[in-house]
Amino acid sequence: MIHCVLHDPSDSVAVVVVEGVKAGATLTGLILDENKTITLPCVQDIPLGHKVALKDMAVGDTVIKYGVDIGKVVQPIAKGQHAHVHNIKTKRW
Amino acid sequence: MQTRFRGYRRENGRVGVRNHVIILPVDDLSNAACEAVANNIKGTLAIPHPYGRLQFGADLDLHFRTLIGTGSNPNVAAVVVIGIEEQWTKKIVDAIAATGKPVTGFGIELHGDHDTIMRASKAAKEYLQGASEQHRVECDVKELWISCKCGESDTTSGCGSNPTVGDAFDKLYAAGATLVFGETTELTGGESIVAARCRNDEVRADFMRVFDRYQEVINRHKTSDLSDSQPTKGNIAGGLTTIEEKALGNIQKIGKKCMVDGVLDKAEVPTHPGLWFMDSSSAAAEMVTLCAASGYVVHFFPTGQGNVIGNPILPVIKICANPRTVRTMSEHVDVDTSGLLQREITMSEAGDKLLAMMFRTVNGRLTAAEALGHREFVLTRLYESA
Repeated sequence: MIHCVLHDPSDSVAVVVVEGVKAGATLTGLILDENKTITLPCVQDIPLGHKVALKDMAVGDTVIKYGVDIGKVVQPIAKGQHAHVHNIKTKRW
Repeated sequence: MQTRFRGYRRENGRVGVRNHVIILPVDDLSNAACEAVANNIKGTLAIPHPYGRLQFGADLDLHFRTLIGTGSNPNVAAVVVIGIEEQWTKKIVDAIAATGKPVTGFGIELHGDHDTIMRASKAAKEYLQGASEQHRVECDVKELWISCKCGESDTTSGCGSNPTVGDAFDKLYAAGATLVFGETTELTGGESIVAARCRNDEVRADFMRVFDRYQEVINRHKTSDLSDSQPTKGNIAGGLTTIEEKALGNIQKIGKKCMVDGVLDKAEVPTHPGLWFMDSSSAAAEMVTLCAASGYVVHFFPTGQGNVIGNPILPVIKICANPRTVRTMSEHVDVDTSGLLQREITMSEAGDKLLAMMFRTVNGRLTAAEALGHREFVLTRLYESA
C-alpha cells in the first residue's frame, strides 16, 4: 500500500493519501514523477491529505513540494512529524 | 482519443452540448416574473440573480457581458429576457440576437408582472417547442470549448484530480480544442511557472499585468494577511498549508505540454483555439459562471474535499482523487481517479477516463451536478453600485 506521495525527489514533505496513519508506523512513499518508492518512519498521527516531513527542518528553512518553494518553517519540524499550518507559513502577503 | 460526438450546431456555427431555453432576468426586480414564466412553461429554465440596478462603468459592462454571454452560449437554444424597463432589456436582446439565436425581451414597466408573464410565457412556449425539434448532429472535438476550475481543493487535488485534468487538457489541446483556466489569486507562488508557459512575450506581459493587478487589490484590502481566505478553511482541513502549495496544485490543471495562447478579461470570448487564461475570481460559482458567459460548453471541476457546484447551462464534470470524499460524497463525483494515489492507474489512464466521461457528457449524459439540480449562477461584481 502507498501511504504517502511526493511529486519530486527534492521535496521535503509528502502527502498522506490513506486514512488512519498512526505514530510508529513505517510509511511507503511514492515519488509520482519517477514512479519510485521510499520508506520513512512516522512519529505522529497524520490525517489523510496532510503532510509528513521527509527530513528535519529548522525555523526559517524553505519547505519544498513539487520541487518548488511552498513556504517557510516557523516551528522546528522533525522527520516523520505532521507538517502543516502550525509549523509552516506562506512567504507571501 | 475519440474525436467525434453529437452536439447542437447553432446559427452562428458554434456547437453546444445542451439545448436549454432560458428565461433571463436583466435585474433582481425581474426574477419573480422569470421564475413565473419558467413555472408556466415546463422545461424552460429561469436564471435568477441579485444584481443589475445602478451599476456603472466597468462593473456594468461586465454585468451586460455576462448576461449577453450566457444567452449567447451554444448550450442555449433560445432566450426570453425580462427587465424592469425596456432599454437595458433591449441592449441584451440585440446582442444575443446578433448570434442568430431566437430571443425576445419584455420590459415590466407600464405592463406589470401579470401581463409581462403572460406575453413572455407565450414566447417561451414557442421557443421550447422549437428547441424540441432541434437535433444533435455529428461534430468534431476541435469544435468543443472546455473550461476548468477546481474547488474545495486539498492535497489530493494537486497529485490526483488536477493533473488528471492536465493530462486531458494536453490531449484536447493537441486535438485543436478551445480551453481556459483562470483563478488569478490562486496562482500566487506559481505565477512564474504560468509565465514560462506563455506562448510569447506579449501573452506573458498580458498575464503578468493581470496577475500584478490582483496582487495590488489584495494589498489594498487585506487586513493582516490572506490566510483566513487563502487557503480556505476547507483547504486547510484537507491538508493544504500555504497559498503557494495551493497554487502549485492548481497549476497542474494546465498539464505539461499546452502553452498559454492568450489572456481573457472576465466573460470575454476567445478568438481562436488553444489554451486561454481568464482573469477571474477563484470563487467556484463566479468563475464557472464567467466560463459559461465566455462561451464554454463543458467544464472540468476537480475537487479534493468535495465541492458540489453546478451551473444552469454548463455541465460541470467533477473529478476526485480523495478516497474518503469518493466514499462519503459519491453522488457528486463523476470521475473517480483515487486509483492514481495507489498506483492502480497511470496519469494517462486517468486523463483518458476523464475524456471518456467528457464524451458521454457532451453526447447528453447528465452530470452529477445536473442530476442533483445544482444551478449556481453568480455574477462577479467589481465595486459598489451607484
